[in-house]
Amino acid sequence: MNAIIPPLLKSRQDFVVGLLKPILDEGSLLWEPEDTIPYECDGLAAYRQMPLAVALPQTESQVIEILKICHANRIPVVPRGAGTGLSGGAMPIAEGLVLSLAKLKKIIDINPLARTAIVQPGVRNLAISEAVAKHQLYYAPDPSSQIACTIGGNVSENSGGVHCLKYGLTIHNVLRIRAVLITGEVVEFGGLAPDSPGLDLFSIFIGSEGMLALVTEVTVKLVPKPQLAKVIMASFDDIEKGGNAVAAVIAAGIIPAGLEMMDQPATKAVEEFVHAGYDVDAKTILLCESDGTPEEVAEEIEKMSLVLKASGASRIQVSETEAERLRFWSGRKNAFPAAGRVSPDYYCMDGTIPRRQISKLLKRIKDMESKYQLGCMNVFHAGDGNMHPLILFNGADHSEWRRAEDFGSEILETCVELGGTITGEHGVGIEKINSMCVQFSELERNVFWSIKESFDPLKLLNPDKAIPTLNRCAEYGRVRISNGVMPHPELERF
Amino acid sequence: MQVVLNHFKEQIQSAISTQKIINICGGNTKNWYGNPPSGEILNTHQYAGILDYQPEELVITACAGTPLKEVELALASKNQYFPFEPPHYGEKATIGGMIAAGLAGPGRGQFGGLRDYVLGTKIMAGNGQILSFGGKVMKNVAGYDVSRLMPGSLGTLGLILEMSIKVLPIPARTETLKFQIPASQAIVQMNSWASQPLPLSASTWIGDSQGGELWIRLAGANAAVVAAIQKMQQLLPAQIMENQQANIFWESIREQTHSFFENENENLWRFAVNPLSEPFATEHVTMIEWFGGQRWIKGNLNYEEAQSLAAKNQGHATLFRNNKNNSGNVFTPITANPLTAPLAIVQKRVQKAFDPYGIFQTGRMSY
Repeated sequence: MNAIIPPLLKSRQDFVVGLLKPILDEGSLLWEPEDTIPYECDGLAAYRQMPLAVALPQTESQVIEILKICHANRIPVVPRGAGTGLSGGAMPIAEGLVLSLAKLKKIIDINPLARTAIVQPGVRNLAISEAVAKHQLYYAPDPSSQIACTIGGNVSENSGGVHCLKYGLTIHNVLRIRAVLITGEVVEFGGLAPDSPGLDLFSIFIGSEGMLALVTEVTVKLVPKPQLAKVIMASFDDIEKGGNAVAAVIAAGIIPAGLEMMDQPATKAVEEFVHAGYDVDAKTILLCESDGTPEEVAEEIEKMSLVLKASGASRIQVSETEAERLRFWSGRKNAFPAAGRVSPDYYCMDGTIPRRQISKLLKRIKDMESKYQLGCMNVFHAGDGNMHPLILFNGADHSEWRRAEDFGSEILETCVELGGTITGEHGVGIEKINSMCVQFSELERNVFWSIKESFDPLKLLNPDKAIPTLNRCAEYGRVRISNGVMPHPELERF
Repeated sequence: MQVVLNHFKEQIQSAISTQKIINICGGNTKNWYGNPPSGEILNTHQYAGILDYQPEELVITACAGTPLKEVELALASKNQYFPFEPPHYGEKATIGGMIAAGLAGPGRGQFGGLRDYVLGTKIMAGNGQILSFGGKVMKNVAGYDVSRLMPGSLGTLGLILEMSIKVLPIPARTETLKFQIPASQAIVQMNSWASQPLPLSASTWIGDSQGGELWIRLAGANAAVVAAIQKMQQLLPAQIMENQQANIFWESIREQTHSFFENENENLWRFAVNPLSEPFATEHVTMIEWFGGQRWIKGNLNYEEAQSLAAKNQGHATLFRNNKNNSGNVFTPITANPLTAPLAIVQKRVQKAFDPYGIFQTGRMSY
């Protein structure tokens, strides 16, 4: 890529490398382009930038030293976990350092009675559940990238997953965070006690996209593993009926462990791909899961089936075995790769809307399909209104991707108009920074800036992400950045 | 409502120009909580009403001055509730006061605290400007999660105008069991149950060094509650409480009307600690809630004694009801812990971002 660095940048690189070399082991500081190229983007590969250097500390004291040096020398720092984020939050900056926490990956302590685990930030989400499985416990948030994404990244993005309707987001499942400020001071947010004195800075730290401090240790809450899970697959001959059924399940006092929806273009694409047994004649299908004790699940499945039938479901199937349950889910979990099979490229959106607006948004998206002359598959976490429309386009055709981008922005703005938000779980990063201008007023964005500066007055930590400047918003409409194509094809994407 | 908002704005602008302090007040039911505040009262009761409540969205949006009772009745009519069980401490408690105080009742141990349920907020900041953060949806990661800063901020960040709060369906069945066991056994037992798939919903132990009683509330699907009762009874002798009696008990814990809280001449100390901490070695009667995480001591501990007890158990102490007129800070300062001390300056800057002229700095919370 940028194999030839401009002379000014090169001398800065020499300077930064010279400062950091004495504190890091060989192999833990990278600056040659062939070594740093894997770090030029995160999961949103369309946004690329080579960093000056990449530091991979192995201890908290190295993190402290690095940050002190960066602070003293005004070197911007972009924190990074596994790099699976979908909004470009870990995209490097040309004159800055990427600080990867991937080598801090020890599980420090597991306390089954307290239902807690203390882990370093580079521990993978799924590795926590695997390590505590022998105690019949698990870590509940399950973002689709959970085999690869790290807990440090989850904290920075407030990650969700398929089961967050019932089990909550990262903020509800983390108790304590140890972090290093840009000054090198070690601090703690939250704790084992149920609350802490002073303002609840823990809450703004979660989901702060690496802009406030570097996470070096996390105490997570563990929950008992449900004994049994079953899923209902319900077909609807009309999208509106499906959307209303989602609201009806919740209104009936049921909180399903998972409640997912797919439209016909999506079911057709996945059925050809994984043969999950989906009803491809249905306009939309719902997957509605119950978990708990066997008695509880039996009671809940019966209640859910009644509500779905009353909402006009044309067909209802309940998984009878664990294998069947996983087969029903396999279609939903393979929706993203299936989109990749039917279209050269796809652009995944992440807006959230109130549940009752689901069918309205789907209709609006239908109209946009003709307006932009592009197809769209809809898969989403219906239970919490978090939509992932997949806009299908051909990236080789310049005009198609321009249209895909405009299509995406219009979906996000429609989400805001319908009382929702531009991002439910993927974060703002660099990708949705312009849409922040639509969702927040200048005064509100100023508060965000003040919070950023409260932690990091010199704005060295992940600068130019998540919160747009006034200038940027003034230019929005003309400034449009390219769209994203999903790397990490090996990961499940829900 | 616009008239009321204009009035608030005028009051704020006048406070800025005359350098006065505004003490925000809802139903005046929790005015005793925190450090004694200074300033002129700004009452929120005229800015009241439920703005949006659709049960299938599991969220309610209401104005700050709305009586908490009214909101809870609206929720109950659709078979929903606030799982964190906010204490009212009086008939006139408002939803704004509930947020500002940030307190929670027996359900906190299992279902999370108030801030876990806050989805969005609209405030009037210290310059009179109206700001909105968060929203009405469960999943929302656009911008810093500013709305969750409001719980417990005691009116020092701004005038909370409106808020959207997540709610849940009332569980199908609720039962309460009572066990006679000492504190040390109770702490281990509650946590051991909590690490199994049982439908726990609250836990409270009351007693002294001689022994005491543990109350456990179960709530969930009918079948799950029945199975859990059997399982727990096989382990330890338990008394199944009559529903009415149980409800009275849990309400008396939430509202602090239980006999434990009587005696106006003694102070009430609240401890938020590591739930697995040993029982406090104290001659005072103790109450333990939230699987051990929240503990109460009724008695005249001095400030230093309380703070050192809290620090020893990885937590903090609050002089919750100050009946002996102790002067000084009732909270643990964040500078007391070396790992939160560097955040003191951050906290101060955050406060200034919302309230640049300091008009909401009543002294009620310590910065």
